[in-house]
Amino acid sequence: MTNSWNDIANTDVMLIIGANPAENHPCGFKWAIEARRLRNARMIVVDPRFTRTAATADFHVPIRAGSDLAFVGGLIRYAIENNLYAREYVLNYTNASFLVNEDFHCADEGLFSGFDAAKSNYDQTTWNYQPKSGAGTPGHLPENVAADPTLQNTHCVFQLLRQQYSRYTLEMVERITGVPQAKFARVAEEFAGIRRNGDMTRTGTLIYSLGWTHHSIGTQIIRSGAILQLLLGNIGRPGGGVNALRGHANVQGATDLAISWDSLPGYLKPPTAGDDNFATWMKRTTPTPSKPSEWQSMNYWANTPRFAVSLQKALYGPAATAANEWAYDYMPKRPDGRGWWAISEETVKGKVKGAFCFGMNALALAPSVDRTLAALSRLDWLVVCEIFPDETSEFWRAPGITAEQQAKIDTTVYRLPGAGFSEKSGTMVNSSRLLQWRDAATPPLGDARIDLEILAQIFWQVRRLYKTEDGAFPDPILNLSWDYEDPERPSAEELAKELNGRALAPVTEGGSTLPAGSQLPGFAWLRDDGSTACGCWIYCGSWPEGGALTKRRGTEDPSGMGIHPNWAWSWPMNRRNLYNRASCDPQGKPWDPGRAPVWWDESAGRWKGHDVPDFMVTSAPKEHMGPFIMANEGVGRLFAPLPSLVDGPFPEHYEPIESLVENALHPAVPTNPLGKKVETSFDKFGTAAEGYTAVAFTMRLTETYHFWTKNNPANVQLVPEPFAEINEQMARELGIDGGDFIRISSARGAHICKAMVTKRLPALQVNGKHVYQVGIPFSWGFRGIAEDAGRTSRTLVNLITPTSYDANTRTPEYKTFLVKVEKVDKL
Amino acid sequence: MSAESRRIQRISAHAGPVPGTGTVREEKVAKLIDVTTCIGCRACEIACQEWNDLPFADTVFQNNHQTMPDTSWNLWTLIKMNEVEHEDGTLQWLLRKQGCMHCADPGCLAACPAEGAIVQYENGIVDFDHDKCIGCQYCTIGCPFNVPKFNPATKKVFKCSLCSDRVENGLEPACIKSCPTGCLQFGAKEEMLHVAHKRAEQLRDHFGYENAGVYDPPGVGGTGVIYVLHDVTRPEQYGGLPKDPRVPATIGLWKSPLKWLGNLAMVGGLVGMIAHFFLFGPKTDPGDEESHGTEKPDD
Ligand code: SF4
Ligand code: SF4
Repeated sequence: MTNSWNDIANTDVMLIIGANPAENHPCGFKWAIEARRLRNARMIVVDPRFTRTAATADFHVPIRAGSDLAFVGGLIRYAIENNLYAREYVLNYTNASFLVNEDFHCADEGLFSGFDAAKSNYDQTTWNYQPKSGAGTPGHLPENVAADPTLQNTHCVFQLLRQQYSRYTLEMVERITGVPQAKFARVAEEFAGIRRNGDMTRTGTLIYSLGWTHHSIGTQIIRSGAILQLLLGNIGRPGGGVNALRGHANVQGATDLAISWDSLPGYLKPPTAGDDNFATWMKRTTPTPSKPSEWQSMNYWANTPRFAVSLQKALYGPAATAANEWAYDYMPKRPDGRGWWAISEETVKGKVKGAFCFGMNALALAPSVDRTLAALSRLDWLVVCEIFPDETSEFWRAPGITAEQQAKIDTTVYRLPGAGFSEKSGTMVNSSRLLQWRDAATPPLGDARIDLEILAQIFWQVRRLYKTEDGAFPDPILNLSWDYEDPERPSAEELAKELNGRALAPVTEGGSTLPAGSQLPGFAWLRDDGSTACGCWIYCGSWPEGGALTKRRGTEDPSGMGIHPNWAWSWPMNRRNLYNRASCDPQGKPWDPGRAPVWWDESAGRWKGHDVPDFMVTSAPKEHMGPFIMANEGVGRLFAPLPSLVDGPFPEHYEPIESLVENALHPAVPTNPLGKKVETSFDKFGTAAEGYTAVAFTMRLTETYHFWTKNNPANVQLVPEPFAEINEQMARELGIDGGDFIRISSARGAHICKAMVTKRLPALQVNGKHVYQVGIPFSWGFRGIAEDAGRTSRTLVNLITPTSYDANTRTPEYKTFLVKVEKVDKL
Repeated sequence: MSAESRRIQRISAHAGPVPGTGTVREEKVAKLIDVTTCIGCRACEIACQEWNDLPFADTVFQNNHQTMPDTSWNLWTLIKMNEVEHEDGTLQWLLRKQGCMHCADPGCLAACPAEGAIVQYENGIVDFDHDKCIGCQYCTIGCPFNVPKFNPATKKVFKCSLCSDRVENGLEPACIKSCPTGCLQFGAKEEMLHVAHKRAEQLRDHFGYENAGVYDPPGVGGTGVIYVLHDVTRPEQYGGLPKDPRVPATIGLWKSPLKWLGNLAMVGGLVGMIAHFFLFGPKTDPGDEESHGTEKPDD
């Protein structure tokens, strides 16, 4: 989230799209309800289904799954053509005025400039700004960017943006999304209309979740949301922002600490095979400012070397020295494009001998059950740490595996009893970036242990083996810093302090000096000379010398806006709303004096406020430093230059890999030209001609939590059996009554469940086609109370989901694929 | 609230005055259910079962997120979910928490022949004393909201107690505590009415619900559970909330000339059942016919 859960209560209008917070984030959703109670805020819910979120909203807009980008593109066009964009904000806080390479062209025909059909890739040379003078260096952003503050130049970002979305007319939006023009216009006016007559006081928030990420154009859908919010001047403002609702209670923490293949702790970019040494890695990943010379850019990522060296010092302690380039050789060099596909593919090929699955049910989560089964069967050993016996740890019992096949599986499975969330101390990081410490409520049951202890003991044994028996490249293992009081049982406190970081030698910052050994008060203290260690730079400041700020529970709120500065601690440096400089006009005065988180205090010569200014506090408005301090430009990117994204500097609508309709914008380029579509013998894709004529998507239920709750009698009582939601009319045509068993099949397999026949999933008219949609909750499998008792179907939903992925993140396309639905007599 | 909140105001089948009446009167309490902010998360259903130690049931899929068709002896509250299509083509998904209304004039209590099996505390909570319940099920007929539910295994009738044990100790009912949206609130009835009317006014003035209003039916003297509804003129669409609930007239009949029957009934449930047959005919509560899962533990 750019903002926070509490901040939703400050909004005037909510656009909830690709998210179902009432069901999946019921506790956070109270802030949406608060906004309605306290401010009469409007709520628009865009979702194929009339969800429980829609049940409390003003508008429900049924949409075809997989077409959200066209919907947002239509909003962008609506805002521009109706003069509803925040002109002063756009001019000063975005790259709207920047001139782009004259050879760049938009995706009018489906492709941006530079497409290399042979490589299915873009040459991004033209995706760059024009330098003010000279030719610039190819592959690098110019230091001094040419700009046109009148926004008239045909090569300026604003005009290109207008051109890119000029095709997303009301009529086109209807053809792609199935949303009737009148309804779209009504909703567009509700959201973008907050800027009617140049009113800058009101704000709108954009709320999304996995309904946006699970697509072959997922990253670009989110980009389109960011563009819309920049245009409307909603980012950095109370009640505004682009707010991602994270999919688990602590997944924000997991992402902060590098759960993804493409990041290191604190979102540092990992070294790749081409980075020969530490210096080249740093040169490639440390950005330089790129802006009109009369503007300022803080370019905070210029500090990358400080964060990286401090990370290496936290990992390897004294073994990381200037002489050995901070133990750069110890770091794995990431090949391109990892993720589910690569892991399972290489395992199937026998390149992976063993696997650990901690707190994740690989068989149920990965996009192809068949392929994951093949992969798990090839492993020599598999370690699963869970609180319940799950599908992964009993993969050989998956429905459909014959006794003969079972006999051929040689994988040894070690099942470790893990501890549940209430049995562990430590922090959870929620969508608001808030690190909240909690103490274990009860010790783990029986033989169960907390993961920290399990992992520590495994590590300890591995290190012992390397010590006694040697092995290939033992150095990273032998030199890993392991400075805990009880090395076999590091405490959550010790780890939290390590993540915060400490001084290894006296460090001076802002006139004061901390002695060696001190916990650091913030990341401004981090150094690239080896005098500081820090496990995750964005967490620096959470545990200073005075103790854990994450344990604070102060409820005072001097802002009256739900900032609560003394409640726990949020990264970075306890800022509750990111980019909050943008809540003020260029002169430093709040756009809305009634909701002012920060402001420029001329007499004091600094930025002040209820929130921590997300800015250089001494930079006077006249210096024109951009509020988006993490971007090279200092301003928001309507146009994302160079390799920010692989599939285009502007978001363009492409159809899902499996789609019922042609791409109404450009039939010749139907799907994301860079969307990853895997085609091995396990990966099959179906078409309408083959009978897959309904659009399906996976979803979650408020009554379940992933695959755990099927082991809890309370949840099983609430939702006893797997089901799928289907439309009444479709059910009639197929002779299906509510409660009948149905088989939902795709080109890849079949899932059996019961039919929930409902009015809440209306049929849509899309480009002249009648489209039915099917919503399938994914929380069941073949292990659980009802499953074990033989009372339910035992098929995993991922038997039918496609192995197509987002071009940038490799997130599987779970939210749109084609299926066929049939009635079956019994299980 | 204190132990005072258990001071009794009315007792089922009791001849004389309530002992201790006339001393300090406890404030009436109420639960406010703002249906317009319920998200149907069903946390309240489970919180109720857990606090009251009620067993979870084996259920079956019912073509609805509601899963259970109605409350039962081990499920004292549930969210009634109804998809309502309006003439203008708009859809509403109405989510209403169903349970005991804690009527000011409780039909259950009036119908009950067992002395002290049903009591009404001065704070308005209507509570069952299962030691004294004879299992005659008159209360199920007396209740205009179809609330009390019979457990054939224990031969006792059960319903929501508004967590009188928690309230007595100064806590809110378990459902209130679990509700994430604040759609459930608990407090003095006067205060809850004030909040409810303000909310209804907001719904009328700002959200276009012309008929928004407060459900506090006068036919049963008002209730200790009040609703804010989007459309108070059509309570039936919220899963059968009666428009003008009243204590059945037969209860009044039974209360005076046939009181002797009640005394007899105390001798045993059998006599009670016969009396029931003569007075009201065979029991035809449809909920009992359906073999829905919540009844399973007795199978
Ligand atoms: S709702 Fe029914 S059970 Fe509850 S107090 Fe009223 S009459 Fe008695
Ligand atoms: S806990 Fe509250 S929001 Fe959830 S179902 Fe119950 S009343 Fe509705």
